[in-house]
Amino acid sequence: MTGGAVLEIEELTTDYGPVRAVDGVTLAVGRGSVTAVLGANGAGKTSLLRTISGLVRPSSGRVRLDGEDILEVPVEDIVRRGLAHVPEGRGVIVELSTEENLRLGGLWRGADAADLKDVYDMFPPLRDRRTELAASLSGGERQMLSIGRALMARPRVLLLDEPSLGLAPLVSAQIMQLIRGLANERELAVLLVEQNARSALSIADRGVVLNLGCVVAEDTAQALAADEGLRHAYLGF
Amino acid sequence: MTRFIDLTLNGISTGTVYAAVALALVIIWRATRIVNFAQGGMLMITTFIASSVIGSSGSYWLGFAVALACGLALGAIVERLLMRRVEGAPPLNAVIVALGLLILLQAGAGMIWGNTPRSFPPAFSIRGYDIGGTRVLFAPNDTFTVLVVVGVAGLLAVLFQRTAIGLKMRAAAFQPEVARMLGVRVGRMFTLGWALAALVGSLAGLLVAPSVFVGPNQFDPILIFGFTAAVLGGLDSPVGASVGGILLGLALSYVSGYEGASLVTLAALVILLVVLMIRPGGLFTSTRERRV
Repeated sequence: MTGGAVLEIEELTTDYGPVRAVDGVTLAVGRGSVTAVLGANGAGKTSLLRTISGLVRPSSGRVRLDGEDILEVPVEDIVRRGLAHVPEGRGVIVELSTEENLRLGGLWRGADAADLKDVYDMFPPLRDRRTELAASLSGGERQMLSIGRALMARPRVLLLDEPSLGLAPLVSAQIMQLIRGLANERELAVLLVEQNARSALSIADRGVVLNLGCVVAEDTAQALAADEGLRHAYLGF
Repeated sequence: MTRFIDLTLNGISTGTVYAAVALALVIIWRATRIVNFAQGGMLMITTFIASSVIGSSGSYWLGFAVALACGLALGAIVERLLMRRVEGAPPLNAVIVALGLLILLQAGAGMIWGNTPRSFPPAFSIRGYDIGGTRVLFAPNDTFTVLVVVGVAGLLAVLFQRTAIGLKMRAAAFQPEVARMLGVRVGRMFTLGWALAALVGSLAGLLVAPSVFVGPNQFDPILIFGFTAAVLGGLDSPVGASVGGILLGLALSYVSGYEGASLVTLAALVILLVVLMIRPGGLFTSTRERRV
């Protein structure tokens, strides 16, 4: 797996003052695959993503993208290396229109950005609301918008932070299917952070369970979903 | 009736200058959530520079261009050297830094150019137009003022709403972290915002200098009026700032004409207070979703 890994994380540790949020996490994500990061609230999942994309500086460890260390790369350049981070919840800019949010995602790429048309084809509800302020979108539409906006940059690695948060089960299932499709069709490497372990494992290839910043289990998605003890202790289903 | 028309025309031309100052404040507020209390000092410096250039070269337009260029540079320098350190800090920090800069600029100007106000030439004639035998209180220079400010407001609106750089500036202002994750160089957008604002501010200084003269403290009232106009229109809205400036210009012109010039500053402060009490978001800001 490590041989074909696009994103490799090695012994990554992040502290917020005296609090250790991420504690020696090692994992890898390969092209065309989905790795789920699971765990309860406060397990360090969001901190892990924020460290990978450069928003938070780690205390130690390595993050490699296509074999190159990206820890020293400023946040605004990480997307230029091919890694897009879809933040939790309120990542859409509600003061801008739907279409402005989308265009923003591809601006740095200039003419090489993805076609708005492709994103609208993938998320038809967004096309109907293209001129409306993002503030008027529903939770599901906002999630589509932040994913679509990340795709405008044609990334190779996608970090997704709780895409199902606050969504109705049916909408959440659609989003999960869509993520699987992106990995399959565009060969995206997806790192998917989820509290909803059951739905994440249903589409993931592999899974990592975090507790208090540490990896407590790492296996194929099927194996994790089948492990009753683990499910009861950390995954809540 | 003639008096009313005169006061209205006068209100429009002074109002557009307030609008320009208000625009300068609004651009920075939108970009960095800082009220730039040093704006009055910055436009005072660039107007002094214009005055010196005009004095030594004899060309008004050379001084005009140099002042605008200096405004652009001064705005960028102030952001890079000073404001960058207080962006994201508690708002009071930025206010104190801006006030400190204002004092520094005023003291520096006094040391370089002296404290005695000096006259400043208008771009065009200030002899009112002759309409049907009566001379109205509106001169070619006022036409110039109104056209320039309206033109600048229009250009800014196009820049913000229709261009890629404007989109990046708005994104950086509303959600700096998200903008950064999407590849926007947020620091550059902040610098650009300050530079543009200072450019508009120096324009306001050039337009108002013929009537208030140039001196270290001559532009203080203009900043108060500009701030009132910005609050009146809503600090977030460039259109609001423009309309707010003209409304304030009209109101103050009527107060001055019918009640006496000494009441003008008081009237501005009363308007500011009333707006803050009744519509703190400004007359033109629609109620917006609160960010969680």
